[in-house]
Amino acid sequence: MAHAATHDHHDDHHGAPKNFFVRWCMSTNHKDIGTLYLVFSLLMFFIGGSFAMVIRAELFKPGLQLVQPYFFNEMTTMHALVMIFGAVMPAFVGLGNWMIPLMVGAPDMALPRMNNLSFWILPFAFALLLSTLFLPGGGPAGGWTMYPPLSLQGSSTAYVVFAVHLMGISSIMGAINIIATILNMRAPGMDLLKMPVFVWSWLITAFLLIAVMPVLAGAVTMLLTDKYFGTNFFNAAGGGDPVLFQHIFWFFGHPEVYIMILPAFGLVSEIIPTFARKPIFGYKAMVFAIASIAFLSFIVWAHHMFAVGLPLGGEIFFMYATMLIAVPTGVKVFNWVSTMWGGSMTFETPMLFAIAFVILFTIGGFSGLMLALAPADFQYHDTYFVVAHFHYVLVTGAIFAIIAATYYWLPKWTGHMYSETWGKIHFWNSVIWVNVLFFPQHFLGLAGMPRRIPDYNVAFANFNMISSIGGFLFGASQLIFLGVLVHAVWFSKKKAADRVWEGAKGLEWTVPSPAPYHTFDVPPVIHDHELAHGHVED
Amino acid sequence: MGHQQDAYFVPAKSYWPIVAAVVMFVTVFGAAHWLNAPPGEAGFGKTMLTIGFVGILLMFFGWFRSVIRESLAGNYNSQVDRSFRMGMMWFIFSEVMFFGAFFGALFYARMFAVPWLGGEGHGVLTHQFLWNDYTAAWGTNTGPGHVGGDFQTVAPWGLPLLNTLILLSSSVTVTIAHHALKVGHRGKILLFLGLTVLLGATFLYFQAHEYMEAYRELNLTLHSGVYGSTFFMLTGFHGMHVTLGTIMLAIIWLRVARGHFSKDHHFGFEAVAWYWHFVDVVWLGLFMFVYIL
Repeated sequence: MAHAATHDHHDDHHGAPKNFFVRWCMSTNHKDIGTLYLVFSLLMFFIGGSFAMVIRAELFKPGLQLVQPYFFNEMTTMHALVMIFGAVMPAFVGLGNWMIPLMVGAPDMALPRMNNLSFWILPFAFALLLSTLFLPGGGPAGGWTMYPPLSLQGSSTAYVVFAVHLMGISSIMGAINIIATILNMRAPGMDLLKMPVFVWSWLITAFLLIAVMPVLAGAVTMLLTDKYFGTNFFNAAGGGDPVLFQHIFWFFGHPEVYIMILPAFGLVSEIIPTFARKPIFGYKAMVFAIASIAFLSFIVWAHHMFAVGLPLGGEIFFMYATMLIAVPTGVKVFNWVSTMWGGSMTFETPMLFAIAFVILFTIGGFSGLMLALAPADFQYHDTYFVVAHFHYVLVTGAIFAIIAATYYWLPKWTGHMYSETWGKIHFWNSVIWVNVLFFPQHFLGLAGMPRRIPDYNVAFANFNMISSIGGFLFGASQLIFLGVLVHAVWFSKKKAADRVWEGAKGLEWTVPSPAPYHTFDVPPVIHDHELAHGHVED
Repeated sequence: MGHQQDAYFVPAKSYWPIVAAVVMFVTVFGAAHWLNAPPGEAGFGKTMLTIGFVGILLMFFGWFRSVIRESLAGNYNSQVDRSFRMGMMWFIFSEVMFFGAFFGALFYARMFAVPWLGGEGHGVLTHQFLWNDYTAAWGTNTGPGHVGGDFQTVAPWGLPLLNTLILLSSSVTVTIAHHALKVGHRGKILLFLGLTVLLGATFLYFQAHEYMEAYRELNLTLHSGVYGSTFFMLTGFHGMHVTLGTIMLAIIWLRVARGHFSKDHHFGFEAVAWYWHFVDVVWLGLFMFVYIL
């Protein structure tokens, strides 16, 4: 039965196709698809960032300054949706696509065609989502959490719901691909407990994605049928309950926030050992901590809903469950610090961002603990304190880790070194202005300033102005990042070595820089001393 | 089945993924536009939805055609086979979680939302001030606003029981077909797989009948408060999955007839069989929690 030839499938064996459309739109190559994801994510980062600039400009002074309140609400909603689903998640998938096959010694992702579909759904999903801004009735303005009945107003519900469906399909397929790659494509000798922590973090994240994206799909489907087909899931008159949406949404939403941070943990766990020139401290503890956090993420969702009027037993259960998360997270923070302890450290740009991650993410973690206390949360709920909290974990957490990883692997991707000077300028500007941007928001929240409003009491004026100045300068600092990237990709003359960083371990550094179009067609022979964790017996 | 390659098969450039992304976009954009069209005007949404849907069917046809050709050419070694298996297993897991959202809505509405509206637990004040003449009960009323009017529920021990038996038998027949495949009895496979398809189609016929009866005689509709919402969304999504499963089984029947499978190389068959068992298990959950209890 095997009369058809098989050899024609490897016609692209020695390099990338010349035709632009063929190379980028019909790709089955994990590196090209990874690049697509990363470029898309960068584009969304700037689009979402421009929405944030509108928000901070409006909040620069009290009173309505620049935009109408409805447009302001569209901006807060879209900023979140674009940053979460368009910038952070695709960036992690892009890094996973590029690096997981290189790190485990696989020739490509397990299901290469589906990989391309996972990516190409995204531009269309975001075209659909962003197009709502130009609809006669305007875009979604009820917040990214889409709580009914607010989210059912206006004419954008169907567009948003279908965009979320598309993003969900993309994420699920991407996650299936990553699980299959990690479990089925490892080179001989790459035991599960020899895998880099980044690969572990993605394995667990992929499981979370497959578990919760369908739940979000179900929740938004109920929104759709409630609005257009007369169901009563969230209508109390029909026996439903708007709070039901919040339960389903946050059953997705809490694992979702770990989907946005666990790969960041993995990235930082790669970068710190490299520049501390020591293996990661407590490798197994790091892996088990990630798994524990993932498990706990399923039983803490209602801490987002302390103020809706839950039964007392629920408040208490979710409060204690939430505080438990501090234990494995503490393990991780202590292990990063212990990895650096006594290491011969150097402070290249990736390491600077990684250290900033450890410190600033921990601040975000502490404010999270404050929010976890149900009685205290009654005060903080829906204030700028919450905004400060999740921006510390997402901007100085997730985004800083993504930027660190970009600097870390950029020489491997392009074959050129980026400008270390400009990288450091980017770092110092980012780390200073991000704190000017978000730290005062803690004070605003504690003083009672609510989130998602275009105008505020004059009592909040000073801190808002400081925060806005920080916001503009943090935004501008990211243009430096863009400049560094453009320079490194097209103009840098400085060749990168195969092992770009002196202390770097792992399979990805055994291939040339730039990484050839196809790697590990033949599984590599693995020497344990070459692996980051192979010689660590703990 | 063919010779097996040592190297993992990485497929060549393919236009199906981007075609898939385009037709998915056309479908949902058309659907959204149609839903937002002012009453009486269809707009271009309906046309776009139709084009997109036909496009999706063609895309599936084309994509699976390439996959089947590669499989017949012997490109898929056991490692590729494992990737496919993992893909299908995790896909089914995602489907389980999708149904989980709707089951969760059912349990919440029944155990919390409706009793609270009736004044139980912490709903006592809401009840007092908003709807103090409302008596909470599951399956007989449509919420305090009397949305959709009085209705009766579908009796579980009639058609639903029959449908349960039909789906359970279909799981047996598909397993018999699988065993026949493992020993290479093509006639027996075709017979039992054909029976499975017929049982699936019968289930769908009865389900449609039940829906019509619910609408015409019981006044149980999608608008019948949260009971109607959970009833029709759960059974409706299940019905869609049975439809899909039946179509997939029919395609597998054709592929068996054409000799696409061998004793030890028949992932396509197994994937569909797994899917069928999954649909079956979801039905058992429905029968228990939607119909009986």
